[in-house]
Amino acid sequence: MISYIGSFLILLALLNASLLVLSKPVLSKITSGYDALILSTSKLQFPLVLIAFICLIISFVDDDFSLKYISSNSNSALPFFYKISATWAGHEGSMLLWCLILSFWTFMASIYSKSLDIQFRIKFLSVMGFLNLGFLLFLVFTSNPFEKNISIPIDGKDLNPLLQDFGLIVHPPMLYMGYVGLSVVFSFAVTCLLQNDFKKEWARWIRPWALMSWSFLTLGIALGSWWAYYELGWGGWWFWDPVENASFMPWLITTALIHSLITCEQKSMFKNWTILLSIMAFSLSLLGTFLVRSGILISVHSFANDPARGAFILLFLTIVVGGSLLIYFRNSPKIKDNISFDFFSRESFFLINNILLVTATFTILLGTMYPLFLDLLGLEKISVGVPYYNAVFLPIMTPLALLAGYIPILFLSKNKDKKYLINHLFMSLLVILFLSFFSMIFFDNFNFSTLLGVFIFIWISFNIIYDLIKRYYVSNTRNVFFINIGMTLAHLGLAVFILGATIVENNKIEKEIVAKIGETIKIKNYAFKFTNLSQYEGPNYTGIKAQFLVYENNTLITELYPEKRIYASNDMPMTEAGIDPGLSRDLYITLGSLINDDVWSIRIYHKPFIRLIWLGALMMVLGGVLSVLSKRKRMKIAPLR
Amino acid sequence: MKKRTLRIYYVSFILVALSIIFFLFIKTFNENLLFYRSPSQITAGEFPQDYIFRVGGVVLDGTLVKSKTSTNVKFAITDYEKKVDISYNGILPDLFREGQGVVIRGRLGADGVFYAEEVLAKHDETYMPPEVADSLKMKKKTIEDTTKSMSIY
Repeated sequence: MISYIGSFLILLALLNASLLVLSKPVLSKITSGYDALILSTSKLQFPLVLIAFICLIISFVDDDFSLKYISSNSNSALPFFYKISATWAGHEGSMLLWCLILSFWTFMASIYSKSLDIQFRIKFLSVMGFLNLGFLLFLVFTSNPFEKNISIPIDGKDLNPLLQDFGLIVHPPMLYMGYVGLSVVFSFAVTCLLQNDFKKEWARWIRPWALMSWSFLTLGIALGSWWAYYELGWGGWWFWDPVENASFMPWLITTALIHSLITCEQKSMFKNWTILLSIMAFSLSLLGTFLVRSGILISVHSFANDPARGAFILLFLTIVVGGSLLIYFRNSPKIKDNISFDFFSRESFFLINNILLVTATFTILLGTMYPLFLDLLGLEKISVGVPYYNAVFLPIMTPLALLAGYIPILFLSKNKDKKYLINHLFMSLLVILFLSFFSMIFFDNFNFSTLLGVFIFIWISFNIIYDLIKRYYVSNTRNVFFINIGMTLAHLGLAVFILGATIVENNKIEKEIVAKIGETIKIKNYAFKFTNLSQYEGPNYTGIKAQFLVYENNTLITELYPEKRIYASNDMPMTEAGIDPGLSRDLYITLGSLINDDVWSIRIYHKPFIRLIWLGALMMVLGGVLSVLSKRKRMKIAPLR
Repeated sequence: MKKRTLRIYYVSFILVALSIIFFLFIKTFNENLLFYRSPSQITAGEFPQDYIFRVGGVVLDGTLVKSKTSTNVKFAITDYEKKVDISYNGILPDLFREGQGVVIRGRLGADGVFYAEEVLAKHDETYMPPEVADSLKMKKKTIEDTTKSMSIY
């Protein structure tokens, strides 16, 4: 019953979105009240899809196996919370979540766009409506979560055990908030093109949206990385998997975008470039969806090979990307750009920042798409190895990270002469180099990458904090502090992330050994004693739990319980890692497989400072959110128009 | 005049730097391409010599031998025509079992044994790596008789 309401509401939402799209071109010729219609339909979209989504959740909780989607993604024995999260664990439900979030952003855009010119606002919301319509059509025709089963099964197939986890509950919604948030930026850019103009005030209006999407994207990617780390049992945090790349590319472009928007707003520069970046960012998030959802890439993210879905998204992608680029090349020459700037200015370094980020994106794009093209052409089956990404990506990112610490110095020397700048640069470099070399005594063995990581960490954090203090003293108002704290925190986050990533990748210890009960394994000053093995029954699985006593310098510090689980519904074994987290190191144990009797193969990892990776990401997220808040505050001081 | 020569130097420096970067980039890209081969192709000698590449197939029943003192394992994979012996030191993925489709990255030794660096068998018991599925497609009937894991095709 509930599911019929859901189906009906989806159709209503489809109708509503069509009204939103068609009002402007069709009704504007007949009546003048079309703008009120656009404003109300753009708000109505959200409640319609939200109730449909709630209907799907209720159907999951009620074990309504008459729905195909539920019978293939849930099971009556599934714990309550996973029944709720299963709503967006499969393809159809996650597309409904996508539509929900899209309608949410449309709603927000409709509410907060009052300050924009009415003609602009109407066009802007119509473009958003077009995106809503496209995705709803996709949902209804290729992936309807409310589709009925022909015969009702007694019980469902169960959710993929890998996805029965807290990480999954939060990872997709956050990532989608980021992906779809970019649709606001995209629609805005397209509207600018349609209006043949990109005003300073508009750049100021759109930046918080870009920042918000960026923050969500960062959080979503970080959660995905954290989930992969503890759930997949390999102890890695980034695999350069095509699916990860699909989320990382829009992130890089959005990072470039939030920097170029500053220049747009303050100096009226890079307008066309910024519009192009906005189009690229959303196009890449659509491309990501296409790659993940079409089944071209087989991974935990793709659920079934359905050519119709791939074809639809490809068509939609072509219309959206092709259409927007066409408008871009037709109209962008009409937008006047201010292009004179000094080489030693913030603007030119923002340009370098943008070039590096876009280059990095294209190297990833090449590594991700090239194998697919070769395969589609039937020439060769290849994949691009991880060493490619490391070899190409790191040299591009190193100058970028150095730049992140250099730009603040440039800013504070704005009114001083070049000599001051060089002195400051020279002195700080000397001190930081000394500090980084000094810190090497804390590592067992010296290597250049670690040194570089530590150097970059101190370099960025020193300069960025110095910058904040200096700005505060120069202006001596508390406002300056609030306006800049977000930026400072986000860059500190980057520094912390770089520190964590370089230390863990260059100093981790990974052991794969065979052990039986009673044996002790030693790593550095840690000893792991394999003491016990027991079997137990979980709600929908049977588990084998091992017990390890962990000693640090011969004192017991903790007990770890890595597990092996066999899920009843599909006879699939799963590894649950035993992790002792800590800021300075993680201890990580997983069970491999039974060799004979009580002999097991075991992985034991020592991962120094791995937590800094996610801590850094969280700082970036917080920094982004604080920036949005302070932007709003600043906007109140100087309202638009 | 001086300004102009300076500019020529600048431009040529940038061009040279860019071409070096581009060359290194293409070189890195080429060196890190992992080709995929089936057991039949390997027996026929069609594989990149001295390079890491990937091989895929179904783990042959009764070939898995585990060492009792280390993480060494030996097994064979097949595309139902030819087989290749695999040697691996490490922990096999959860879904590794006989009759399962796997993709293996590694190097072919002079002794004809493929020395694996990584074994992939992931995510789903009905999952067949697409490369493996493709190289098996022609012999569809055999597959239907042999393994249920082809049901998605």
